[in-house]
Amino acid sequence: MTRLQVASLARRSILRTLRQPAYVLPPLLFPTLLVAVNAAGLRPSTMLQGFPTDSFLAFAVAVPFIQGALFATMNAGTDLARDIQNGFLNRLALTPMRGSALLAGHLAGVIVMGFVQSVFYLAFALAFGVDIASGPAGAVMILVLATLISAGFGMLGAFMALRTGSGESIQAFFPVLFIFLFMSSMNAPRNLMTVDWFRTVATINPVSYLIEAVRSLVITGWNAEALLLGFAVALGLIIVSTVVASHALHVRMTRT
Amino acid sequence: MAYGIEVEGLVRVFKDIRAVDGIDLVVAEGEIYGFLGPNGAGKSTTVHVLTTLLPPTDGTARVAGFDVVSDGPKVRAAIGAALQEAALDPLLSGREHLRLQTALHGITKHERKQRSDDLLERVGLTAAADRKVRTYSGGMKRRLDLALALVHGPRILFLDEPTTGLDPQSRSALWAEVGRLAQEDGVTVFLTTQYLEEADVLADRVGIIDHGRIVAEGTPAALKAEIAHPTVEAIPADPEQRPKLARILEQFGELTQVSPKSLAVRLSGDDFGLADVVRALDAAEVHVEHLQLHAPSLDDVFLAKTGRTLEGAGSEQPEIADVT
Amino acid sequence: MSGSPWRAYRSVALGVAWRTTHNAFTTPNILIPSLAFPFFFFAAFVGGLSQLSSLPGFDFPAGYTAFQFVFVLLQSAAFGGVFTGFGIARDFEHGFARRLMLAAPYRSAIIVGYGLAALARWALTATLLTIVALILRMDVSGSGVDVVGLFFLALLVNICALGWSAGVATRLRTMQAGPAMQMPVFLILFFAPVYVPLTLLSGWIHTVATFNPVTYFLEAGRGFISGEPEYVAGAFATALCLGILAAFWAVRGMRRAEAAGG
Repeated sequence: MTRLQVASLARRSILRTLRQPAYVLPPLLFPTLLVAVNAAGLRPSTMLQGFPTDSFLAFAVAVPFIQGALFATMNAGTDLARDIQNGFLNRLALTPMRGSALLAGHLAGVIVMGFVQSVFYLAFALAFGVDIASGPAGAVMILVLATLISAGFGMLGAFMALRTGSGESIQAFFPVLFIFLFMSSMNAPRNLMTVDWFRTVATINPVSYLIEAVRSLVITGWNAEALLLGFAVALGLIIVSTVVASHALHVRMTRT
Repeated sequence: MAYGIEVEGLVRVFKDIRAVDGIDLVVAEGEIYGFLGPNGAGKSTTVHVLTTLLPPTDGTARVAGFDVVSDGPKVRAAIGAALQEAALDPLLSGREHLRLQTALHGITKHERKQRSDDLLERVGLTAAADRKVRTYSGGMKRRLDLALALVHGPRILFLDEPTTGLDPQSRSALWAEVGRLAQEDGVTVFLTTQYLEEADVLADRVGIIDHGRIVAEGTPAALKAEIAHPTVEAIPADPEQRPKLARILEQFGELTQVSPKSLAVRLSGDDFGLADVVRALDAAEVHVEHLQLHAPSLDDVFLAKTGRTLEGAGSEQPEIADVT
Repeated sequence: MSGSPWRAYRSVALGVAWRTTHNAFTTPNILIPSLAFPFFFFAAFVGGLSQLSSLPGFDFPAGYTAFQFVFVLLQSAAFGGVFTGFGIARDFEHGFARRLMLAAPYRSAIIVGYGLAALARWALTATLLTIVALILRMDVSGSGVDVVGLFFLALLVNICALGWSAGVATRLRTMQAGPAMQMPVFLILFFAPVYVPLTLLSGWIHTVATFNPVTYFLEAGRGFISGEPEYVAGAFATALCLGILAAFWAVRGMRRAEAAGG
């Protein structure tokens, strides 16, 4: 019965996303637009000594995968918060539904959207002449990693929804996640950053390792260290956010 | 007699607010029990505890023979609930809601479609089944809400202010369905409402709650008979005779004002009747353009027990904005 | 309402301005993003990209901090206008705008009120941003007049962005108009020499930036801060024209909203 519950809730999660164009188009368009603009505006960066590639687009194309995951987080979290605010969670609580099924169903929706987005970003990159240095297998690895990143951020969105019960609070949190993106190696390699405090922040920021893992598959090939760090951060995010989301669900759904 | 719901000394406290302050009640199987009270009286909190959405602070409650604290899952399997918010997803259709609900209850795929079709027909939503809920009227949403509560064939149904905000036609339709459920299917119904007429028409027995406590309980007829005394309402033909009218009516009982134009007196004792009032008005040469005798209402019962009318009582109670 | 029309107009504008500003400053969800975002952009660009100033042809003596300060100042002004546009859309969606239109004898004063609120919010952001930039030892080589010129230019950008957003908000009257307000402003800002001077851009971005008025706002602003003003007349003339057009767009939008019943 749990499998059926998860499948039903996942189906609902996906349907809801697809039926809200405002949830589908911005996560696809905005990150690609930003990377296109940055690729053009920051092309001179490739002239810096030690810059790892002569294509800024190749360098920056990792960013949409993270940014898209943030959008998916916010959207899915807002949907769950809306369920809490309008009493739909109470309706679900009165069924034999397990709490884990609710989280798994929510996550399934986020993962599907994350995968679709990742395919789009990859197609965009290939269409604009980016060479994936790690080949077709590397492209598959990018999709796997990007999907894991979506899952981690998706659970974070679920935690925020269950903790606050408010869509507005989640929307207000979006800028904070965006800041993590900007205070990373999003626009420059860490070894070329000349401002010490920023380089330190970027080094501590886990988002840097997510970006660098995807980036390594695009511009370097198979870099074991970058991939290990990226997967470790992604899996760590999944584990931590799942634990806190489960606790928040337990508190929120106080049924006996 | 088998009991559907048994509650003893139920208490639920939120910080320093005793939303439910020690209630005892029993509801027999197949009975429609009306839980009547103003806003903030503790009706919804009671429903949340009985439907296992909130644990009680003190006291015990058994629903369908199961303890709400220790046997939560068994209680939920035996009950259906349509809570105060319709709690629907505006992006799903009515049929998709039923599909989800049946799946969550573990109903087999084969049975799911049939059950959904039957319920949609029963609540009159077949034609609108494939439209998104955001296009539904308030009445349609309530009917879908009821259908969802019945998906798994519960023995006990909780309805928390099910007709609030509905037009008279939708309200009557919902009453008819609730009555049918109890009479034909033997479903026990626990219905909370702030509408006197709803409790009067539907309920076999009524419990009146105020400030978290039951202040009166019984059949509507028995409760009204307790009060026994009717009210006489009069409108003076000449508004300037209003003070004189008031002095005459005061001789027969407690004066109340029904509307800005009229005065009313609740007759005290069995010694006075309408004829006595008419004779007194004649003797004093007070002419009235309207004179009416009203039988006691549940609002009169509430007034007798609490000193306030149900309509005035709601504004005084502290609102508990979030029962979670 | 008794008194002169001017008094009535001012009363409406100040009333709307007070309410919008009060809500913005007392609601953390609204205030914090509009304050925080410019700082983080500033930190990210200065911290992460200052090595670009070592590129051959990057000729800006005041340094990368000042170079980015001008962009972030203009960006904060633009997005300050956009955020106020969000508030207008929210008011229409929740029905509050109808209340304003019923009460106000001069409805264009409502737009003026929103504009005043946008300026008040941006003034706070600009002040804090400037203080932080000075703490980071930003080099300000321009004179007092130059600095005033820079802030006045940013003020005009704020008005342009507000006019645009208000026009969209009054026409669509829903929070879902957010992307329609935000995206064009974002694009016009970033299709400009954001990270490096125009001379270091190449390809399509150089072509687009050459025709983008924001490029000349940035050039003028960077000229002000480095004490070598250039494109001043052109930048101000363009900003004034765009501001007038944006105001017209906003007032026409309000008329449309009136016709639709709010």
